[in-house]
Amino acid sequence: MRIIVCIKQVPDTTEVAIDEEKGVLRREGVDSRMNPYDLYALETALRIKEQIGAEVIVLSMGPKQAEDVIKQAYYMGADSGYLLSDRKFAGADTLATAYTLALGVKKIGDFDLIITGMQTTDGDTAQVGPAVAEFLNLPHISYVKEIQKVAEDQLIVKTDMQDAIETQKVVLPALITVAKEIYQPRLISYKLKLRAKDRNICVWSYSDLVEVKGLLNDETEFFGLTGSPTQVERIFAPTRNSTKEIWEDQPDVLAEKAISKLKELKIL
Amino acid sequence: MSYLGVNHDKCILCGVCVDSCPFGALKITGKLEVLDSCRLCKVCIKVCPEKALSVAEGSLTKSDLSSYRNVLVFAEQRDGELAGVVFELIGKGRELADKLGEQLNVVLLGHKTESMVEQLSKYPVDSIFVYDHQELTYYRPQPYASALEDLISHIKPSIFLIGATHVGRSLAPRIATRLRTGLTADCTVIDVKPNGELVQIRPAFGGNVMAQIVTPNHRPQFATVRPKVMQAAELAPSHPTQVIYRELEPEKLLSNISFLSIEPKPKETSITEADILICVGRGLRKAEDLAIVEELAEKLGGMVAVTRPLVEAGWAPQTRQVGLSGRTVRPKLFIACGVSGAIQMVAGMSGSEYIIAINKDKNAPIFEVAHLGLVGDMYEILPALVEELGRTLTKSKESR
Repeated sequence: MRIIVCIKQVPDTTEVAIDEEKGVLRREGVDSRMNPYDLYALETALRIKEQIGAEVIVLSMGPKQAEDVIKQAYYMGADSGYLLSDRKFAGADTLATAYTLALGVKKIGDFDLIITGMQTTDGDTAQVGPAVAEFLNLPHISYVKEIQKVAEDQLIVKTDMQDAIETQKVVLPALITVAKEIYQPRLISYKLKLRAKDRNICVWSYSDLVEVKGLLNDETEFFGLTGSPTQVERIFAPTRNSTKEIWEDQPDVLAEKAISKLKELKIL
Repeated sequence: MSYLGVNHDKCILCGVCVDSCPFGALKITGKLEVLDSCRLCKVCIKVCPEKALSVAEGSLTKSDLSSYRNVLVFAEQRDGELAGVVFELIGKGRELADKLGEQLNVVLLGHKTESMVEQLSKYPVDSIFVYDHQELTYYRPQPYASALEDLISHIKPSIFLIGATHVGRSLAPRIATRLRTGLTADCTVIDVKPNGELVQIRPAFGGNVMAQIVTPNHRPQFATVRPKVMQAAELAPSHPTQVIYRELEPEKLLSNISFLSIEPKPKETSITEADILICVGRGLRKAEDLAIVEELAEKLGGMVAVTRPLVEAGWAPQTRQVGLSGRTVRPKLFIACGVSGAIQMVAGMSGSEYIIAINKDKNAPIFEVAHLGLVGDMYEILPALVEELGRTLTKSKESR
């Protein structure tokens, strides 16, 4: 089985500062890491590899320094890695990101299963996985919390649909996005680190991907900022719920006021 | 493709942009030059005094914007029951449609949909489009996306809203990609500009940043909307509603996904996953009194958590403990009853979205982290809350 795991490099914190004057994120001096949700995706692939044998391929889009997360995946047990990196990919929204990743998948070629994290910690959209599946015309299952059975041609999974747990069977090839409950991700192995120290990372640019764009049956290109239908008009800091109230009154009055406050805030 | 364009006629070589560039991607060598390290962050565009810089447009095909009209809302259902967010989307959708002088339509996918259609028609909806097929009983991405694609290409809505539930967040990117249009996830504020452009505001970076997003050149403008944020629509039985049944060709209903079992989700068993937590501390006099707290938790649909002294006393298991030596929780609502607010405990709950503290001592440190403090005896306030909830819950049931 060939499994492609999509991973992303994200800022190492969600405590990002906003430059109020310029209306942009201050990213200087912020360390990067692998999107924590992607660790679960990679772990899932590695478990399948241990169970029935598989080649685990990681795929990422980002600047050159995103090679770091691919190396981290090697140290956890991934077999090979691809980075899609080009100035023209910058500023992509979820559609353009998914388009670029889907072309990367097409160029990699044969695969049976694509696994992504449930969402990223920077964008929080959870959209890229299903969008990649649509570009590739694959079935997808989101929020998978348990792999019940895996075979070369099919997968049986439990998925969390909020009000129900569904057990679904999907015929491969397919894409799944996994929830945190699925497995505990492993740590980097020192042994693997030594072994994978010099392993190659294949970097593809715009010209590499544009060669295969016909495979998605769409003449339009959706790369980077100009290939993105959505545009960020402005970013700003949320207004914190800084109003602090302290009430003293009879218990029944307090109760009534508190419940109507919770309704007003739509918590109830 | 996208790149930073320089209008050399306007550029006065002042160098402001060169200094502002975080990537060192601009250089003046007789004229302004853009290097490969440009990441299109657009800082230079904002600082340029001559407006000589812009993002050069690529070759994106623009939908014929004017042919798209009206607001469409997705009516998510499970087992014949509409999701709560549907009524919130109708409320917001009606407001947007009225602002634009357009119609509000609803699309319902499922099987045996009669009672849901009847329920929807009592709300201020202009048309309900229904696809009733056995294959649409439960959500599967491809058949659902095909049905929505069929409808959208037929009625061309300008705005399409889906609830940001697990179903919505799985389905929406599928259909947005199929239509090659933009999609904004998990919006908490939605509005329209007079020109019909949808203003979509959403949190990112775990809620530390808000982003305002538009979809200027593509239609429909497509967003998932966070549940329990928008005001639910009021009933409007006199509003005329048209019901239109449409059918999908059998091959579009096929999917490689089949269901082996569907079980109702067991109640949350971990306090880290609960949306509502009632946390009780040393103010509790004896273990049996936990029943009062349990009763409130049940009424609110939440769970009971405790502080360390109660675990040490053996009144509750350690898995229920909030704090540094217990679990870190971030529920939507955290009610601290008889909790003093020791720093080790606060560290495990200060990320909660809304905190109510109930304590006899109005100088208790817990009031410093609470959004709302109720000064008084939890033994009096908790039963009063239970009673008040009993009253309001029956009231809201009657109005449904």
